[in-house]
Amino acid sequence: MAQAPTAADAAAPEAHSDGEHEKTTTGLNHRKLLMWAFLASDCMFFATLIATYLVYKGKSKVGALPEDVFSIPVTSVSTFVLLMSSMSMVLAYAALRRGSLKGFRIWLLSTILLGSTFLGFQVFEFYEFINHEVTIDCHEFAANPDGFSPFEAGIAGDECTEGVDEYEGIHGLTPRTNLFGTTFFTLTGLHGTHVTIGVIWLLGLFFYSFKKGAVTPARHLDTDLAALYWHFVDVVWIIIFPVVYLFGVFEGFPT
Amino acid sequence: MTSLSASMIKRPVHPVGVWGWMTTIDHKKIGILYGITAFINFLIGGVEAIIMRAQLSGSNADIVSPEVYNQLFTMHGTTMIFLAIMPLGAAFFNYLIPLQIGARDVAFPRLNAFSYWVFLAGTLMLHLSWFLGESPNAGWFAYAPLTSTAFNPGHGVDFWVVSLQVLGIASLAAAFNFIVTIINMRAPGMHMMRLPLFTWMTLITAILLVLAFPVITVALLELLFDRNYGMNFFFTAAGGDPVLWQHLFWVFGHPEVYILILPAMGIVSEILPTFSKKPLFGYSTVILAGVIIAFMGWLVWSHHMFTVGLGPIPNTVFTITTMAIAIPTGIKIFNWIFTIWKGSVEFRTPMLFAVGFIVTFTIGGISGVMHAMSASDAQQQDTYFVVAHFHYVLFGGAIMGIFGALYYWFPKYSGKMYNEGQGKTHFWLMFIGQNLTFFPMHFLGMDGMPRRIYTYGADMGWTEVNALQTAGAIVIVLSVLVFMKNFIQSWRSGKQAPGDPWDARTLEWSISSPPPEYNFEEIPIVQDRDDWWAQKRGLVPRVAPSEGSGDGHGIHMPQASFWPLVAAIGIFVGAWGVIYSVPVLIIGAGIMIFGVYAWSFEPVNDPEPTASGDAN
Amino acid sequence: MATEQMTDDHSLAAGPAGSEEAESHSEHPTPLTYFKVAMTLVVLTILEVVLFLIDALSYGIIPVIAILSIAKFALVGLFYMHLRFDHRLFYTMFVAGLILALGVVFAIMGLFSWFDV
Repeated sequence: MAQAPTAADAAAPEAHSDGEHEKTTTGLNHRKLLMWAFLASDCMFFATLIATYLVYKGKSKVGALPEDVFSIPVTSVSTFVLLMSSMSMVLAYAALRRGSLKGFRIWLLSTILLGSTFLGFQVFEFYEFINHEVTIDCHEFAANPDGFSPFEAGIAGDECTEGVDEYEGIHGLTPRTNLFGTTFFTLTGLHGTHVTIGVIWLLGLFFYSFKKGAVTPARHLDTDLAALYWHFVDVVWIIIFPVVYLFGVFEGFPT
Repeated sequence: MTSLSASMIKRPVHPVGVWGWMTTIDHKKIGILYGITAFINFLIGGVEAIIMRAQLSGSNADIVSPEVYNQLFTMHGTTMIFLAIMPLGAAFFNYLIPLQIGARDVAFPRLNAFSYWVFLAGTLMLHLSWFLGESPNAGWFAYAPLTSTAFNPGHGVDFWVVSLQVLGIASLAAAFNFIVTIINMRAPGMHMMRLPLFTWMTLITAILLVLAFPVITVALLELLFDRNYGMNFFFTAAGGDPVLWQHLFWVFGHPEVYILILPAMGIVSEILPTFSKKPLFGYSTVILAGVIIAFMGWLVWSHHMFTVGLGPIPNTVFTITTMAIAIPTGIKIFNWIFTIWKGSVEFRTPMLFAVGFIVTFTIGGISGVMHAMSASDAQQQDTYFVVAHFHYVLFGGAIMGIFGALYYWFPKYSGKMYNEGQGKTHFWLMFIGQNLTFFPMHFLGMDGMPRRIYTYGADMGWTEVNALQTAGAIVIVLSVLVFMKNFIQSWRSGKQAPGDPWDARTLEWSISSPPPEYNFEEIPIVQDRDDWWAQKRGLVPRVAPSEGSGDGHGIHMPQASFWPLVAAIGIFVGAWGVIYSVPVLIIGAGIMIFGVYAWSFEPVNDPEPTASGDAN
Repeated sequence: MATEQMTDDHSLAAGPAGSEEAESHSEHPTPLTYFKVAMTLVVLTILEVVLFLIDALSYGIIPVIAILSIAKFALVGLFYMHLRFDHRLFYTMFVAGLILALGVVFAIMGLFSWFDV
């Protein structure tokens, strides 16, 4: 196994690592390596949550189900918002690399606003679910019971008694209501927590950029790391949207 | 933020004494902290075991109540796995990895300190549950629905959940640190296939850790949410399935047992070559076997669930995968044996432990293969046969390996030589003791003695064997006492140790015992596997190192910091808040966030010229 | 958010063992590329929603949506997260975690009778 030392062994060339002049074995920056290891690990975190969600899909015994509460149009918009926030994030990073601190700040602020908007949508959605209102026309139910979801049919069966024309009441979906509530709120809630941490991080970065020399084209690693985290959070949503929302109301799947 | 800390408490500059230990970011000191804490935990776990053995040594005994007994076996298992074996491994990762790869410290020294302090927080939390009368009692694997508030209304399970989450944070932080360190901080010429085996096994273990712990993190959150917020993850009335807990736990739990054993395998792979004066037989194969074991470890988890009723297809699949994993394990064992074969063997204490490991780990492996077949496991599951199996692999495997390491690297970390005679006495007492304690368990298990029972009837025919096992446990206790006497006395007043007392092979032996703060005066240029051996034997021409003046001056070591400790305190306080009080949780979270925030803005070294470490 | 300190890291990290391909500065995508990726993501999302509304596809929708999602995932990963242009090690680390994650999800689905016929 003995080999003559090579020039590469003896020399110690500067590593090309993002302006941070650490000498590392691979030439890659320690923190960037750490971030990618962390993201691989976070994949397992969300995998477990998604697996739990899927195990319990269609198994709820009572309470509202996806078809009762999901609004695909609304969630499509929030998905679009989050996707655009990834675009603005990468444009912020590109602006920084180009030397435009102003461009960096504008695009970063856009990301923060878009991310916050997404969070707003989530909060709105959670609020709507928890305060979900059910309105049933009892005559319509009598004429066409199959046109109602199992959840609503159950309520109609209880409430549409003799002489009742219409029923209106709150039948909210909470984490305690049923398996769907438990798994849905936990999965999307923890994703939202990740987004919140991201927004706080980006806000911190935004204010940090006003300190002289703190954020420069040479010192772009901080932004790179924040951007990687942000894109990951978006990528997780790219999975959650079809698996939870689209497949949630898809007729071929148990709800 | 640096001005904030400067105005309140000055950042330490070469601190000494207790403050020095509290703010250290030196991997060697952190390794020692881990080792001492973990060893104390091992003793506590041992006391828990001895009480159980006392209770079981006679039929219908009432030394402890069934309720306390349940807490004892839960705490014994949890303590030994998470508070003893894992951190003892971490002690060696910490101390050795930078030395073995030719670096001055790990990639993230403050994160390293943070890992230790958070580990200490988890340790304290779990042990303190005893004093509050609220220790967990549902087994170290905490199956639902026994863990639900309906069946477990006190705080015991919450202590288990929260302590494990805290310990998980510590383990994850450390694992990320070692992955980056091993990949990114190797000395010039230290190619991956020149790394010492212990470093390789550490890398594989760390990768397993970062992939497996998120699974238990989610499972623990789900259990916490069920217990404290009335959710339905494992609540059967709402359709929740306790089997899901088992799956999630064991998807983590099986890789976890490889996390427990791979470091010990790495240790053995270092000791055997040194005391056989031969290189490790089949270096690449042993590494590849380790990688395969780590990969296949993800494919076997439901062998812990053969009697749950998964059905014939899952049972068959997991039988096959579990049997298959014996193959790479066997490959390692053969390579170890071939390493010794025709070597110039010296049976010093570390070698005794390494060879002992091979014997007892193999026995544990054999009973493991017997479990692998779901049909035979149906008889063995939940009996003492299983207890025999895992004590052979964990005590006969991991613990023996760790004691081997404690002796092997003792000169390096203490600077002294231990007493060889006492070391050998320790080994033989421990080897005999563990076989006396655990071998008869195979027979008890086959005879039907169930696990986790606090007593048994006089007419079962188990009394004499149990008494024998308790005697064996006492022999183990004696052996540990011998070890402790040797350890403490030798560290205090043993003979001064040279840098390389064993004529060993890897880089940590090329520097003084103990090493200076900066490890290497000059970062070595590595030209061979077992480079230090090659240097000594003149097998490779030497190349002058690329940096260093040869006297340790001008080496800048990262500066000590107290922010990791602050952040860990925040986690500790917050953890209590999760169980008892939301305001406390908020305060704890606040302290943690403040600590992390200050830490991020603190430079690696303060920019004053006198602050950087002139090596002393 | 750590403040980068240049000097001290010299002493910690040993020199590189060989010259690995570092980040290739000449291959940065332009803002226009990023915008095109964004538009592709939008189109793919619209496709997902529209196709999903077509009942006729029935179970055929599953692979279609899966492919569309994977395409979106890949676009963000390769372009926005720069995996296409960075050192292969990052890609390997992330994909390894991803494959394991997918494996665990499908295994658990299987064990809970999702794939029983």
